[in-house]
Amino acid sequence: MSMINDFVVRFANVNGTGSASANYLFAKSIFRMGIPVSPKNIFPSNIQGLPTWYEVRVNEKGYLGRRDGVDICVSVNPQSLKQDVACVTPGGYFVYDNTKPLAAEFIREDITYLGIPLMATCNREYTDPRQRQLFKNVMYVGALSALLEIEFPVLEDLLAEQFAGKEKLIAPNVKALKLGIDFVQENFTYPLPMRVERRDLVGNHILTDGNSACGLGAVYAGATVVAWYPITPSTSVAEAFHDYATDLRIDEHGKTNFAIVQAEDELAAIGMVVGASWNGSRSFTATSGPGVSLMNEFLGLAYFAEVPAVLIDVQRTGPSTGMPTRTQQSDLTLAAYASHGDTKHVMLFPSTPTECFEMTADSFDLAERLQTPIMIMSDLDLGMNDHMTAPYQWDDTRTYDRGKTYSAEDLEAITRYGRYLDVDGDGIPYRTIPGVHPQKGSYVVRGSSRDEYAVYTEDSAAYKRNMDRLAKKWETAKTLVHAPQRYQEKNSQRNGVMFFGTTTDSAQEALDILKEQGYGLDALRLRAFPFNTTVAEFITSHDRVFVIEQNRDGQMRSLLTNELTVDPSKLISVLNYDGMPITAHTITDQILHHMQSAQ
Amino acid sequence: MSYVRPKFRHPLLPTNDLGYTASDYEGSLSTLCAGCGHDSISAAIVQACFEMNIEPHKVAKLSGIGCSSKTPAYFLGQSHGFNTVHGRMPSVATGANLANRDLIYLGVSGDGDTASIGMGQFVHAVRRNLNMVYIVMNNGCYGLTKGQDSATADRGSKSKAGSVNPFESIDLCGLALELGATFVGQSFSGDKTQLIPLIKAAMNHIGFAFLNVISPCVTFNNNVGSTKSYDYVRQHMEATSTMDFVPMQTEITATYDAGTDAAITLHDGSLVHLHKLAEGWDPSNRMSAIQALQHARNDAKVLTGLIYYGATDTELHEVLNTSDRPLNSLKENELCPGKAKLEEINKGLR
Repeated sequence: MSMINDFVVRFANVNGTGSASANYLFAKSIFRMGIPVSPKNIFPSNIQGLPTWYEVRVNEKGYLGRRDGVDICVSVNPQSLKQDVACVTPGGYFVYDNTKPLAAEFIREDITYLGIPLMATCNREYTDPRQRQLFKNVMYVGALSALLEIEFPVLEDLLAEQFAGKEKLIAPNVKALKLGIDFVQENFTYPLPMRVERRDLVGNHILTDGNSACGLGAVYAGATVVAWYPITPSTSVAEAFHDYATDLRIDEHGKTNFAIVQAEDELAAIGMVVGASWNGSRSFTATSGPGVSLMNEFLGLAYFAEVPAVLIDVQRTGPSTGMPTRTQQSDLTLAAYASHGDTKHVMLFPSTPTECFEMTADSFDLAERLQTPIMIMSDLDLGMNDHMTAPYQWDDTRTYDRGKTYSAEDLEAITRYGRYLDVDGDGIPYRTIPGVHPQKGSYVVRGSSRDEYAVYTEDSAAYKRNMDRLAKKWETAKTLVHAPQRYQEKNSQRNGVMFFGTTTDSAQEALDILKEQGYGLDALRLRAFPFNTTVAEFITSHDRVFVIEQNRDGQMRSLLTNELTVDPSKLISVLNYDGMPITAHTITDQILHHMQSAQ
Repeated sequence: MSYVRPKFRHPLLPTNDLGYTASDYEGSLSTLCAGCGHDSISAAIVQACFEMNIEPHKVAKLSGIGCSSKTPAYFLGQSHGFNTVHGRMPSVATGANLANRDLIYLGVSGDGDTASIGMGQFVHAVRRNLNMVYIVMNNGCYGLTKGQDSATADRGSKSKAGSVNPFESIDLCGLALELGATFVGQSFSGDKTQLIPLIKAAMNHIGFAFLNVISPCVTFNNNVGSTKSYDYVRQHMEATSTMDFVPMQTEITATYDAGTDAAITLHDGSLVHLHKLAEGWDPSNRMSAIQALQHARNDAKVLTGLIYYGATDTELHEVLNTSDRPLNSLKENELCPGKAKLEEINKGLR
């Protein structure tokens, strides 16, 4: 059986031992050989000493979703031996450190064991304890490169890039690679049936993670005030913004054209965003579900007082603390209606790092255009894992849409400024930035009811007029947010599927599998909430629509039935909520089960 | 409802250097109870801003929730204001300040808004040395919900309903000092000769200027047995000094007695003169200030005046090394790195 460019490798490591960079070296080398690759970190909520895994799917058809079954497991963690041996599919390989012999209980008849004396070799070759640890990792990458025929010059280039400026580290790393290669060449039959072969399938794509992309998108969008509170898995958004901005946003006096504050909690983080946005800066925060729970109060204020805000929610497994280092799409209903009273919020659903970049950049335009919070609904899988994705693009003629804002000149021409007057009939009023004019344009923003001129009122008619205008603004939002992606010119099938965010990769693979089995399905990828008219049309034109999502309660399905006039019985949930990224087979199993039982 | 004040002005009303009358610094009519201490503080803010020739639109006024937090509607009608959510004014002020360092940030809060629900944000604004004036209108009770004890109500103080507060009170000035506040003052809403120069000095201070102003609640906490009533505060006030605020470039004409006076120079060159300093108290010494507050507490006195002033710490923008220009004034060409740079970034990710 040959499995060229189509297999899964899982590395079983102890966290805090420096395995991440070696594992990344492995994944990147395959990417550099022109083969689509999708690495996923499966890590504990811990800093040192617990099991951590890194799974790399290599697939020349370009399927980038997670796949069940491990073809090669590289085991360097005695703690997780039992489950690591068990995870290998029959016919697969178990690569392990045989410095100490493997106990009989871990021997299976249906897999091949490849023992490499990683610890013994590194103890012999290196004296520094830290180096012994680190080079064990590089050595297994070397061994794999021989077993899988990864081109050695590719690895050498990557090491040279990684250690640019620290060149003396290159030679010992290359040496560790060779220790692995030599051992394989002397002791095993190689290459394995599963191996790589150079292709030209990557094009000009890049390999990066969604959180970096969000941070970079915010830099490009002109965000100047960032307030955040550390929380997995969103922390690296603020860090990416910091790193990119430190590189790209220093003025001629060496001062920063941005400000970042690590707030005392999420309440304060979003409060700072609201304050900065009110005062005319583009501002954002990044958080995860527990943070969004805390931010509800300010989200309600920003909705009602009509202050722009951008919130990047990198979702993790809830409820409560849940599984902080596992993925889910389970903040949808929380975010959609965050805060008390009649509130609704705009959400965007990126599915790739490229879209994280674009949607983050767009979200600042939308936030200022609509004068309301915009939430980017990313997740741990998208945010923290590297993805092969289209290159970032920017049009230098693009200008920021600062929305409806009166300048001093505009105010001169107005007899009486009304902050909440619906001048244009689209529900969006004109705002002014503090300090704009000596006599005109000032008002008090508040979360309490006010009239069109921002004067506090408890008059029922004025309150209702304002709420109705906000509802009208919501209708306007439907025309401004990202339209769904359709995968066919016209709907020709009786059944359809809907999905969004990180479900996309596996959903597309599932559609191909189902098609091969004779089940054709039309597909639509949701990209924003509120839903525009295309979404209702898609549901109406199909007998059944499978809604694929990564939560227990079918939250997107709830939003669809809540917001659209559609028959709820047409919408069938396809769910994955174990904290691991959804696989194509999870989807096909559920859809087939339904199709077959419905026949 | 907020009532708009009539526009009629007496033609002979004095104007300041900018040509504004004091009424130009007023807001809409107050809806607080007649005799509320908060209205006196609003009036002191109006007078201080008028006398300091502050351009009203260069002030951003912020507040939380409660009676005190309603007051920004009643002063500086030409300033932008933000009546935020309960206890969260400091975070909004922080974000606003980061967006535009050129405005004056005047935060108004109450004892419930600061010492209870807003304690978390208050302490962090202090320790960041955010460049703002933070005024607590402190009446020891929750006026808007009809008089419950707040966390600054003194232990043993009696409410209008007759119950005695069994819990220790939070001393906000002491707390601000502990957290490194660079300007700490305490005053009484009924003492405008002290309050107005204190507000002026606070507005000239670069960094976090904290003013705790005892401001009796006439409706719910002005009874016999309350330690925040007008009578009690008048009887127990102990001024650390009397003071004058002398703006920069103003000729100093008064003479001061050596030994009993101290002059403090603010960042912009303005001076604060303190007369008749209490014995053994040095306003530039944090330890001495903390001690003076503790002594006053032991003696059931309300220490007023400029409690502490320290010029050394850097405010938040300096710590962050942000641009001298307001961040909200920067345009695309200064903010967006452009396409060519993005191509480079792409290249690094292949």
